[in-house]
Amino acid sequence: MNEFLGILDAVVGEAISPDTAAVAIAVIGLNIHFGFTGLLNIGQAGYMLLGAYGMAISITYDIPLAVAVLIGLVVSVLFSFILGLPTLKLRGDYLAIVTISAAEIIRYTGRLAAFEDFTGGSQGIFGKDYQGPFMDLSFFGSGSFDLLPLNYRDAGGGAGLRVVGLLVAVAAVVGIVVIAKRMKSADGQAPKIGTTATPKLVVAALFVVLFLALFFSFPQTEPRTSVDGWWVRVVAWSLVGVSCIIVFLLVRSPWGRLLRGIREDEEAMRSLGKNVFAIKMQALIIGGMFGALGGMVYVLTGSVQADSMGRQLTFFAYTALLLGGAATIFGPVLGSIIFFSARILVRELSGAYVPNSIMSTQQTEQFSYVVVGVALVLLVIFRPQGILGDKRELRFHV
Amino acid sequence: MSEPTNPSTPSGTTTTDGQGDLADPAARRALMSGVAQVPGAEKPDPILSVDRITRHFGGITAVDVEHLEVQRGLITALIGPNGAGKTTFFNLITGFDKPSSAGKGAHWSFNGAKLDKTSAPKVAKAGMVRTFQLTKALSRMTVMDNMMLGAKDQTGESLAKAMFKPLWHSQEGEVRAKAEELLARFKLLEKKDDYAGSLSGGQRKLLEMARALMTDPTMIMLDEPMAGVNPALTQSLLGHIQSLRDEGMTVLFVEHDMHVVQHISDWVVVMAEGRIVAEGPADTVMANPAVIDAYLGAHHDTDLGDDDLLRDEVVKDLHHEADEEEAARRDAEKGKR
Ligand SMILES: Nc1ncnc2c1ncn2[C@@H]1O[C@H](COP(=O)(O)OP(=O)(O)OP(=O)(O)O)[C@@H](O)[C@H]1O
Ligand SMILES: [Mg+2]
Repeated sequence: MNEFLGILDAVVGEAISPDTAAVAIAVIGLNIHFGFTGLLNIGQAGYMLLGAYGMAISITYDIPLAVAVLIGLVVSVLFSFILGLPTLKLRGDYLAIVTISAAEIIRYTGRLAAFEDFTGGSQGIFGKDYQGPFMDLSFFGSGSFDLLPLNYRDAGGGAGLRVVGLLVAVAAVVGIVVIAKRMKSADGQAPKIGTTATPKLVVAALFVVLFLALFFSFPQTEPRTSVDGWWVRVVAWSLVGVSCIIVFLLVRSPWGRLLRGIREDEEAMRSLGKNVFAIKMQALIIGGMFGALGGMVYVLTGSVQADSMGRQLTFFAYTALLLGGAATIFGPVLGSIIFFSARILVRELSGAYVPNSIMSTQQTEQFSYVVVGVALVLLVIFRPQGILGDKRELRFHV
Repeated sequence: MSEPTNPSTPSGTTTTDGQGDLADPAARRALMSGVAQVPGAEKPDPILSVDRITRHFGGITAVDVEHLEVQRGLITALIGPNGAGKTTFFNLITGFDKPSSAGKGAHWSFNGAKLDKTSAPKVAKAGMVRTFQLTKALSRMTVMDNMMLGAKDQTGESLAKAMFKPLWHSQEGEVRAKAEELLARFKLLEKKDDYAGSLSGGQRKLLEMARALMTDPTMIMLDEPMAGVNPALTQSLLGHIQSLRDEGMTVLFVEHDMHVVQHISDWVVVMAEGRIVAEGPADTVMANPAVIDAYLGAHHDTDLGDDDLLRDEVVKDLHHEADEEEAARRDAEKGKR
């Protein structure tokens, strides 16, 4: 039992890790591309890498952090122009081809020995070379900190109390799902949520309960300020929150309506006098900037290494997006959290319970990806709209 | 079917060269009476003027129009047998396709502005808005969102302002009200929160027409607007199109139903094999030998005389034959496969 709870501890830790937040931000950008506008960008990792290089290289040249971040974003905008100008007038497939190749070009260029002075070649740029300015900003002080200072240990309980907390958390999730479903079906066909505020408040309360119960049973202890501490986590997740708000504000506007219109039919949009090319370019730029921002957060805890942001990461991003639900606000965040924690869960479980003679530690790592891949296939078959998506949208083939 | 007059429409909105109010059928007839009934005839006040526009697809010439003018403030019908090039012609002048003769003498202008190199969105912005023969409903958006996309000059469509709701909130309300009004007119109001993809074929036609009207066009180009719309609604929509004309809009529409053409058009342009073969008022143009030739081809020997062609039975027969031919062609194609 304790071993299992320990595994869950690791899973919860992964769910709130800065890397998960970083990918979530990139997925939010991808959602603007693919989910809302229908742009098939298969090079989101390229955007992440560019953002990371832009920021890290600037800092190694003693440029202030804020300016460095800005440089990273500007580089991503330029990248969008380079990718978009030749392809956005053509059919969607061309953007896909160009983005995946461009992302690879960036990765290989980053690895080139010729640029070792800037990019560190295949070794990459070490964290200590650029993390300084960011860590200096921390006002969290030193020492370490528990998320939920009041946890099962203080309550004097052992495994039993943790299990109770876990059950409460599960109950909260079930409650949220049930109420959310009710709210959706309450007013018939319309996808609006709740006419009164009550169900929303209940859901919000359940989220608080979930949070408390989860971290009561699985308290997370990290240093306050360090390469991988609370400071990075808080900043990363705040950025996720800000990104969600920005996307929410954007997609509820008439501009967001343009994006969805383009996703559905470009010709119709042109016949209504909308400059489809310009709008697609705007969407590519905005989504790319989120990608770059995600890349910057991604490297805060480690190093800028070209190979850590390759095709695989783009595919993880797509998996997370489809899992959470494309064209939703929280889908990318939920998808990223579930994707990464589920993988850790599979890895740890098979590591703990499958004998080494059948599967070595290294194999469990690969096995976790296999399981996640199979899960994605099942997801696409049984819940193609993702967790938060609207099933009604799938009835129409476009 | 008699010409309904609309005494309630505001008068004086459209006066053309002192011809009087175009809401008055007599004034319209008077306006066009001086126009020669020949292909490419000059109009008193053309809103659209097209010169030497051709389009080849491989070996075939889909469109080959020497000259065409469309009179402002009237309803002009563009008719012709299947494959005559009507849709292709629409595509060309609205910027959705490029003429093969581009740069080789092809010119067309709308409302005084040259359109030779204008992109489709700019053509629409200039006030010439078209619908599609094969409807383009934005399936995974609600009917209301489809409509609201149509509105022009929306502040909230600028990326810089989109995030700040107060900047576009009130305009959004106006657009919504206008959309609801149009939806009511097109009998789609109760569908406003449904996905457009859930509409029937005819409803999509209606939605597309209503959406085009959201742009407040100067000239609307409808490609078979009534195909698949039930007769009662057709009747009311025709009334609607007429009132649009009476308010000053120019309408150019493609239609195969001769009743509709007869009923509302002030002028008819006939296309066959890419060329304009005849022009004239609806009641006389069908008697033109060139038109009979275009439509009947093989039935030359049949004495269809003049007005006979317009009688229900004949039209029905023709439709029937056309259907049969179509079916035969399809069978042949199937056989080939
Ligand atoms: N994209 C294309 N490629 C090749 N040929 C085409 C293309 N579009 C149209 N054509 C050809 O051009 C000719 C005119 O087609 P068009 O669609 O303009 O006819 P139409 O007058 O609109 O007919 P209908 O009344 O059936 O809609 C047809 O012979 C058609 O086969
Ligand atoms: Mg056609």
